[in-house]
Amino acid sequence: MLFVTIVKSALKSLWSNKLRSFLAMLGIIIGVGAVIAMLAIGTGTQQDVLSRIQTMGTNRLSVRPGQGHTPGGVRGDDVQTLTVEDAEALLAIQGVNTVAPMAQGSAQLKYQNNNSRSRVVGTAVTYLSSNNFQVEHGRFFTDSEADRNARVVVLGSEAAGTLELTRFDIGKPVKINGLNFEFIGMLKAKGGDSFFSADDMAIVPYTTAMNILFGMDYLSGIEIQAKDSNKMKQVEEAIAAELRKRHKITNPDEDDFEVRNQADIIETMSGVTKTFTYLLGGIAAISLLVGGIGIMNIMLVTVTERTREIGIRKAIGARDRDILQQFLLESLIMSALGGLIGMAAGIGAAVAIGRFSQDFNPVVTAQSVLLAIGFSAGVGIFFGFYPAWRAAQLNPIECLYYE
Amino acid sequence: MLIQTRDLVKVYQMGAAQVRALDGVSITISQGEMVSVIGASGSGKTTLMNLLGCLDQPDSGSYVLAGEDVSRMNRDQLAHVRNKRIGFVFQSFNLLPRISARENVELPLQYAGRKDTHRAAAAALEAVGLADRMHHEPAQLSGGQRQRVAVARALVNDPDILLADEPTGNLDSRTGEEILALFEDLNRQGRTIIIVTHDAGVAARCARAIRMKDGRVIDGPAKG
Ligand SMILES: Nc1ncnc2c1ncn2[C@@H]1O[C@H](COP(=O)(O)OP(=O)(O)O)[C@@H](O)[C@H]1O
Ligand SMILES: [Mg+2]
Repeated sequence: MLFVTIVKSALKSLWSNKLRSFLAMLGIIIGVGAVIAMLAIGTGTQQDVLSRIQTMGTNRLSVRPGQGHTPGGVRGDDVQTLTVEDAEALLAIQGVNTVAPMAQGSAQLKYQNNNSRSRVVGTAVTYLSSNNFQVEHGRFFTDSEADRNARVVVLGSEAAGTLELTRFDIGKPVKINGLNFEFIGMLKAKGGDSFFSADDMAIVPYTTAMNILFGMDYLSGIEIQAKDSNKMKQVEEAIAAELRKRHKITNPDEDDFEVRNQADIIETMSGVTKTFTYLLGGIAAISLLVGGIGIMNIMLVTVTERTREIGIRKAIGARDRDILQQFLLESLIMSALGGLIGMAAGIGAAVAIGRFSQDFNPVVTAQSVLLAIGFSAGVGIFFGFYPAWRAAQLNPIECLYYE
Repeated sequence: MLIQTRDLVKVYQMGAAQVRALDGVSITISQGEMVSVIGASGSGKTTLMNLLGCLDQPDSGSYVLAGEDVSRMNRDQLAHVRNKRIGFVFQSFNLLPRISARENVELPLQYAGRKDTHRAAAAALEAVGLADRMHHEPAQLSGGQRQRVAVARALVNDPDILLADEPTGNLDSRTGEEILALFEDLNRQGRTIIIVTHDAGVAARCARAIRMKDGRVIDGPAKG
């Protein structure tokens, strides 16, 4: 039998049972729609997270004190292994663009009657550019101010807001842990960064932080900006090698520092969000599966109802595979059509969610659409096969005299 | 010899009991004959027709149709034989509802893989006098017209045998007469026809009767 003839007769028989065909398709429509919408939400979240991380710069490395490898290893501020000399030595490494020694802690900020407990970052001038910060008002401190423990502070937009400081207050004294600092500048808000608020902090020269504010002779970390974001691995290894040499460590397992790469963080985060995407997609795929079972159910009923027709067709020469094709095609058409309508519904839902929700920016990808359509066609074939096979195996005589 | 059967046996299991629907049937039918199979209800006529029409296989015995042993064929081969060599006419017409008369007649052509199905189906309907009812669905046709569509469908692939099981059973006597006249016409053109019936009047119209009782042929010589 010609393929067009089978398609025509399949469409005809689906059309003659419009409501039933539509209800069978509905499961697939909902399933495909759900898969596409859920994957869009997952992918959108994934891209959001990555772009947030990327605003922090992809060519950054940071060195933290403590044993990063060993689970439960000692970490944090009380590990006093990194020194200003270490930071200076790293600048000589090939591929390193800037190095910013970090001496940070939490401190009480006060301006007039306004208080704020904020992170105070003691660092060098290079920190500004290596972290993609921009000064919105006033200025950043200078190298010479850093050299002479100058009591100057640059505030993040959020910290400034809490203290009710505006650009007109530049030059006024702000108290940090009770000591007077000159408010010299304000950073442009970075926003969008929910992991730790980059805007709620105060930046002072690292010398000031070490010698005046926190009284520490070690660093809480070193921030490095590499020249080429494609050579992060090499730079990372060179830094580790240099620090081992300086700390007289031969066995990497005994490192008293840890070098972390921005790419590692991105990798971890995208791993998490990918899992999230798969989870959403998987839950939606279950509804697609249920849709397939709905089709199988309807097809089994159809085959029973049309037993007589099957007998007649066999009597006039239909082979088993002609009957198989006929019924398989009916379920395939239902699931393919359901898939297309579901695709439209899913994309529509994703767009609507993007428009009406602040939390999600769904992104519909071609892969997710192909995946959902392919899956629904697969569901059609898989769940349509058994009823069609049953129809094909029926005995013509039993069918012909079936009432 | 167009049809030659030897010791056909068909046994149905009815719970614990066995029904020997056919109990050793040996018949021969030649090309161009018009034969009736007659007998009381339950004598095995329909079972014989199912076997002759390759809708079913015997439990034992052999059946040679046009030189081919069909009792050894697989399902696909039997389907092919039904499509090419056999045309069925049933008591209850067995047309597909919701498609037109012509589409019904086209089906055997489509299963034969033919492409010019429109024209051939139209010609077959014209041959049974239904040229003006081609686009009617079965529900819009009278019983006699439906049976004519069934005859057109049975003939459209130019089969060796026309097998009719009680073809007039659901028709009033006048339309039944028309259908029998149509069969006689076809037989005169050389078509081999086997009519299963319990109606002696119908059997009398055939050149020969095969009489059945309890799954056996009781006397089968040519009459007249
Ligand atoms: N599918 C079946 N299952 C069980 N018994 C059957 C079946 N078909 C026919 N029979 C039995 O076989 C016998 C012959 O039936 P059938 O060939 O239909 O007779 P006829 O057509 O002459 O009335 C009957 O006793 C009938 O009950
Ligand atoms: Mg009968």
